[in-house]
Amino acid sequence: MASILAVDDSASMRQMVSFTLKGAGYEVIEGVDGVDALNKARGRKVDLVVTDVNMPNMDGITLIKELRALPNYKFTPMLMLTTESSADKKAQGRAAGATGWIVKPFNPDQLLKTVKKVLG
Amino acid sequence: MTIDMEQFHQVFFEESFEGLDVMETGLLNLSPGTADMEEINTIFRAAHSIKGGSGTFGFMDVSAFTHVMETLLDEMRDGRRQVEQRGVNVLLGSVDCLREMLAAIQSGADVDADSVNQHQKELEVELNGGDGGAANEPEEVAVEQAEQPVVSSVKPGWHIIFCPHAHLMKTGNDPVRMFRELEELGNLIVEADFRGLPEIQDIDPEECHLSWDIRLEGEIERQEIDEVFDWVEDDCDMTIISFADEAGKSTTTVVEKAVSIESATEKPDEPPSTKAASQAAPKPATAAKQPNKKPAAKPASASIRVDTAKIDSLINMVGELVITQSMLSSLGDNFDMTRLDLLQSGLSQLESHTRELQQSAMGIRMMPISFVFSRFPRLVHDLSSKMGKQIELKLSGENTEVDKTVIELISDPLVHLVRNSLDHGVEMPDERVAAGKPALGTVHLNAFHRGGNIVIEVTDDGNGLDGDKLFNKAVEKGVIEADAILTEKEKFDLIFAAGFSTAEVVSDVSGRGVGMDVVRKNIEALGGHVEIRSKLGKGSTFAIYLPLTLAILDGQSVAVGDETYIVPLGSIIESFNLRSEMISHVAGRGETFRLRDEYLPILRMQKLFGVESSGTEDSSDGLLVVVEGQGTRCGLLVDDLLGQQQVVIKSLETNYRNIEGISAATILGDGSVGLILDIPGLLRLAKR
Repeated sequence: MASILAVDDSASMRQMVSFTLKGAGYEVIEGVDGVDALNKARGRKVDLVVTDVNMPNMDGITLIKELRALPNYKFTPMLMLTTESSADKKAQGRAAGATGWIVKPFNPDQLLKTVKKVLG
Repeated sequence: MTIDMEQFHQVFFEESFEGLDVMETGLLNLSPGTADMEEINTIFRAAHSIKGGSGTFGFMDVSAFTHVMETLLDEMRDGRRQVEQRGVNVLLGSVDCLREMLAAIQSGADVDADSVNQHQKELEVELNGGDGGAANEPEEVAVEQAEQPVVSSVKPGWHIIFCPHAHLMKTGNDPVRMFRELEELGNLIVEADFRGLPEIQDIDPEECHLSWDIRLEGEIERQEIDEVFDWVEDDCDMTIISFADEAGKSTTTVVEKAVSIESATEKPDEPPSTKAASQAAPKPATAAKQPNKKPAAKPASASIRVDTAKIDSLINMVGELVITQSMLSSLGDNFDMTRLDLLQSGLSQLESHTRELQQSAMGIRMMPISFVFSRFPRLVHDLSSKMGKQIELKLSGENTEVDKTVIELISDPLVHLVRNSLDHGVEMPDERVAAGKPALGTVHLNAFHRGGNIVIEVTDDGNGLDGDKLFNKAVEKGVIEADAILTEKEKFDLIFAAGFSTAEVVSDVSGRGVGMDVVRKNIEALGGHVEIRSKLGKGSTFAIYLPLTLAILDGQSVAVGDETYIVPLGSIIESFNLRSEMISHVAGRGETFRLRDEYLPILRMQKLFGVESSGTEDSSDGLLVVVEGQGTRCGLLVDDLLGQQQVVIKSLETNYRNIEGISAATILGDGSVGLILDIPGLLRLAKR
């Protein structure tokens, strides 16, 4: 089954995302911020990255940029979890190489639907 | 798939309260006029997380409220708004309001809607530049009702020309995925256009050179197509046109109307094919008007955040224990006396592992005192400005770890002591200057380990305590007799007497003098005590001494008659054989003995607890255990010292009832019950 790197500094959001995806049978690797996620992503390959944007240490946009530069992640889909208020964040994310976004607030069904859409 | 979101609520509340603390600390650190980007960012992030989480977990009121805060913070972050004290104060007020909202939701109580509206209004006024103008409603109102009229005369469907930019796939997007999604909407016919394909030697296999001509048949909303291409709208050139429009833009007036409505929904500088993605997202502000489903009222379960290193060490220790256990059990299978050495070393290993395991397990309950300290910057900020005093708060030793129960229970007494220092300790600026001190007073909160204790000190550089004034006041209030002889220290301790207040004016800050006695009672309930050090004109220190942990105690077992008692090891200073010539009788103080330069009272434990003697002669060959509690010392006369051991504290109150001089009980190695002595209580008992 596909593996997903889920990154969020908020424990409740991370748990929710992780729980939902694991429930659907995906393998989930959790990251608490960009730095943590980048360390976990190095030296392996995941099929999808789902990351929050506003995080301490390294934000989601920088994470996407850094990951895109790794050979293993050149074409990996990467989704940002973002709020509707940050339209410019979407543009920044896209410039960094994000595939798309999931708009907060979202429920587990919306999350799964989008993930399935991307992973096919 | 249905997921019970309630299971994440507890974590959400915990992290939100932490986030609010972060916001509060950050806001207090902001100095008006300057823009500390890092600080503003941290505050913004905390607000943003709360907003995102509350929206996701269905607390729409919270989400809407935080949205306004976030907007304000966002403007500060972008430099569009100056950091001003007024704005900071409004935000601080909102933090409080939000904290109350969350607490109410967590406990299933009603949210105070008036307070929320009030704060929200203040935020909006601030957001509109403080002119009290109309609350800025979130954008996007009228357009959404405009349904796309379906023209019946032509076959329904859409013609899409999709020309991705070369780098499209480098964003992780894949045209095939989009075709797959379109296929779910209706009957799909895709034709690839190879004209953009370069010569074979120029092809970059990582780039996208194709474009597609797509016909999608069916009753499909334009919005559904926009959603499919939402993520790539800036990474491609695209035209989307309905079959009806294509067939002839002027067929019916209805169509024209449809087109004009459609173009009205789009931003003027965008081609008709693209549409702002934000329109698909519901605004929390509008969603907030829906009735909020309230969770059933139930007691919040307590959870604790533990450093993973602590858990690792615990698991490591359990591993060691299992190895030792298996070694011992294999030894026990065919044991003979030649292998006694092995058994003994195995048992000593078991003992050391058990002790380490116990320490690791206790460590899990330990939390840094910063959890308590972090609320004080705000308290001092608010109170000092209210009182017109200039006070700086210093914190140190915030990382000192304390048992979780202590964290929960020490907070209120500590708040009282700090308030007391602010109110009665530090003087008004003009008084301070007149006394030759800087106008800015200092209150210092410090925590550290000393021996088996945690010490928390509240120090101020204020006026200090006036022992004689306290004494006269106490006589006046009838707390003590006028002819009582008290040491300086005992005079200071008078402020802990019930119904004692020295403030000439009763203020709303530290109340009416009720409380200081409660402070001491609370601290003693935790097995601790308070000491006061003070110098008139220089300042005072209130030092709280607390045991490291509340569940286990290092104890010295002593024999009194046939009974075994436990004396907390931390309170023992020394023990020696008491010979009758060391005893002297002092009028009014009973039996005393001389320890170096001090005469200390002797407590005969047998007499005090009415234990049957098993042959010990009155005083000659007893053992005297010198103990200290609350800064005073005495000698306990016991029959024998048995051994030191760690004992698990079992509450006497829950199992029996409170007894003066006894703090708790424990189960001894042989299964019998041993009582743990409460040294301060014994000292009080002895005074009577």
